[in-house]
Amino acid sequence: MGFGSLDLLTLQQFWWVIIALLGGLFVFIMFVQGGQTLIDTLSDNEIEKTMLINSIGRKWELGFTTLVLFGGALFAAFPLFYASSFGGAYWVWMIILFCFIIQAVSYEYRSKPNNFLGAKTYEMFLKINGNLGVFLLGVAISTFFSGSEFTIDSNFFVHWQNNLRGLEALLNPSNYLLGLSLVFLAKISGALYFINNIDYEPIRLKAIQSIKINMVMFLLPFLSFIAWILTKDGFAVDTNGVIFIEQYKYLHNFLQMPIVLGMFLIGVIMVVIAVFLTIQYKKTCCIKTGGLGIVLTVMSVILNVGLNNTAFYPSVVDLQSSLTISNSSGSHYTLTAMSYAALMVPFVLAYITYAWYSMDKVKIIKEEIESPDAHNY
Amino acid sequence: MEEHLVDWSRAQFALTAMYHWIFVPLTLGLGFIVAIMESIYIKTGSEFWKKTTKFWMTLFAINFAIGVATGIIMEFEFGTNWANYSWFVGDIFGAPLAVEGILAFFMESTFFAVMFFGWDKVGKKFHLLSTWLVAIGSNLSALWILVANGWMQYPVGMEFNPDTVRNEMVNFWEVLFSPVAVSKFLHTIGSGYVMASLFVVGVSAWYLLKGRDVVFAKKSIIVGSTFGLITSLFLVLSGDESAHQVALKQPVKLAAMEGLYEGKTEAGIVGVGILNPSKTLTNDEHEFLFELEAPYALSFLGYHDIHAFVPGLKDLIYGNEQRGIMSAQEKIDKGKLAVKALEEYKEAKKVNDILKAQEAKVILEENMKYFGYGHLKTPEQIVPPITPTFYAFHIMVTLGGWFTFLFAILLYLSMKKDISNYRFILKSAIWSIPLGYIAGEAGWVVAEVGRQPWAIQDLMPVGIAATHISSTNVMISFFMFATLFTALLIAEIKIMTKQISIGPDGGH
Repeated sequence: MGFGSLDLLTLQQFWWVIIALLGGLFVFIMFVQGGQTLIDTLSDNEIEKTMLINSIGRKWELGFTTLVLFGGALFAAFPLFYASSFGGAYWVWMIILFCFIIQAVSYEYRSKPNNFLGAKTYEMFLKINGNLGVFLLGVAISTFFSGSEFTIDSNFFVHWQNNLRGLEALLNPSNYLLGLSLVFLAKISGALYFINNIDYEPIRLKAIQSIKINMVMFLLPFLSFIAWILTKDGFAVDTNGVIFIEQYKYLHNFLQMPIVLGMFLIGVIMVVIAVFLTIQYKKTCCIKTGGLGIVLTVMSVILNVGLNNTAFYPSVVDLQSSLTISNSSGSHYTLTAMSYAALMVPFVLAYITYAWYSMDKVKIIKEEIESPDAHNY
Repeated sequence: MEEHLVDWSRAQFALTAMYHWIFVPLTLGLGFIVAIMESIYIKTGSEFWKKTTKFWMTLFAINFAIGVATGIIMEFEFGTNWANYSWFVGDIFGAPLAVEGILAFFMESTFFAVMFFGWDKVGKKFHLLSTWLVAIGSNLSALWILVANGWMQYPVGMEFNPDTVRNEMVNFWEVLFSPVAVSKFLHTIGSGYVMASLFVVGVSAWYLLKGRDVVFAKKSIIVGSTFGLITSLFLVLSGDESAHQVALKQPVKLAAMEGLYEGKTEAGIVGVGILNPSKTLTNDEHEFLFELEAPYALSFLGYHDIHAFVPGLKDLIYGNEQRGIMSAQEKIDKGKLAVKALEEYKEAKKVNDILKAQEAKVILEENMKYFGYGHLKTPEQIVPPITPTFYAFHIMVTLGGWFTFLFAILLYLSMKKDISNYRFILKSAIWSIPLGYIAGEAGWVVAEVGRQPWAIQDLMPVGIAATHISSTNVMISFFMFATLFTALLIAEIKIMTKQISIGPDGGH
């Protein structure tokens, strides 16, 4: 008894769940991106700004790594999606990549002498990453619901039908909803993280203020996004692999997969509770509740669009070119082999948690950042 | 597919890879050097070693971030620019990349934060463990991506599935322990260790020439040159194995590396040589304008037998019946049969003609080995650009020899004499830093230019592998990357040199 004895569809579903989990974790870790956009709002002077940057600067790599793993896992588990979306929606992904390259160097270079571009430029890089990068990721994921313009030929090679190469997603206003939701959600989680990680009252108070505004800014596009997907036609697949349009497909998916609906509701409630406790009772630990809520919510949305006979990457120009977890996946052998590798994930999460706990049990305080011995960003 | 597209796609990938390789070798080696230094600190408790560790760690961090940034681009460029390739081999190639993420990247990034910010937050032993785990993690990352690269040079452990029109993995262990992957991994990380050693001894030599931080510099040179000497020897051994694997698996590449047109037994290696630019496959001019040859060496290097026959380009293109070498034309014919059989198979499947599908499948399987040749037009296309392959190989080997000598002499002088007096050697050590980068890049030129026209050896030429997209798009993104990477490289060099001039005492 092992992964090898599972049938192909079960393995495909298992891998879609892993992809959804990684997506959820990635959006959670976007508190780094959200935090980056708040470094001016939440600080009154250079020391405070440095405290903020150092707080998220110790976590940026985890987000980066999750993105890499997300890409690698998609490549291995659903290679046809990897080929179609990255090769097809070329410019969306290219711009997202640019937004991430400039993040990677900015922490290390910002405060170093002789850094060529100047601290302000590196701070701007962080804000571009936090706003544009996150927004475009949301837009890219939104096309899972709105569809793209591509065909797949008999060699399984993708032919993108729009010369804007992915940027056409920006012409559809519905795609903005998820993009904006993620941007403001990341700002909320960024503030929650600062409140937890930095033991310094002025920053905490400003962070609470920012959460109040960003919660409103988040709820507007997010509720619209949910209303949109629950009322729109969806891309379904029958037992012969034929794709067809089904009215209220995503609503049906929630209703037919009560566990996924439950995850969604619990996730949203947890985020709301986290925000409420932070604002009302000045609790400092709500990044955990809110973070778990984010993971559950995002997971449920990704599970909704991939499971229950749904085409998760639909083509609106040739319905039968749409990708499902069945027609885009790796082989049985590869999914099996990777499943064994995925058994390492709990172990990896455990050591990350341990390292994180060891580091964060001592909160960032002003004196640490001011100490001449500190390795500061 | 338009011709320019393939060139731009290759240019963009080459640009990313070559920038990536400016940063990665230092990460691979400096990680271990820093870990060794911190181990000495923990053992001796001496603040001097803590300071030394922290200084090299700072330089490690400056270099690390940009390596991560260029690395992510490479991963996604497989999808953005080589979409057809991504489908054709994604079932094999994707798995090592995913495993890399799970096993290596998280280890690297998690403990990186502990290593830099944890000095006063976690215990000494946990800190030391974190430093070692960063070094191990970064080297593990190299393992998986090089397994993937090794697979492209020598595809094993898979079967072609005509229903999905792709190669599917049937044996993970064969992919992981492929001899090409193993020797490639060892040789590549070895080059990283040597690069990092060159960096440490070069920077330290600069302090000695300036007459400052003398004790720090001398001790760093001892650590650097010891590590460098050991790893240089390792580099020579793994290089020998790599060449042996090339001889067995990619004979055309070997012939191009040596400018060998006519096959011969007891073949020598041209140690130093200038290619004759008017030499072609069809004329009888001599291959070299000037050459110094080490007799028997190529036969021995390639096949571990001084009498072995080493096929030349002409044998490989036009065939050599006596030696049992099939001509490229024959391979192209077989490849075309395979490509045609695949189309027939798909057609037959569409109309549910099982018998015809079965027949086509048999022909396909018989000729699958040469599938990629079916996309070539002329036999001469199997030859990679000879000039860059030849010179890159010789530059790499010559510099590798020089580094071994340099480490030996530095170590000897550090132990037996006052090395500060040997200014010429110290200057040479500084100049060897850029030479190290040149050698590393040259190595990748041999590996990647030398395997043209193949994206995957014998199975898929680069022209088929590229994404269908107009070349203007790729041209624009190429220049965007070129500008950004260059700006970041300048920033890195400026920051790095400033930190070096501030020195281990940190200006306070």
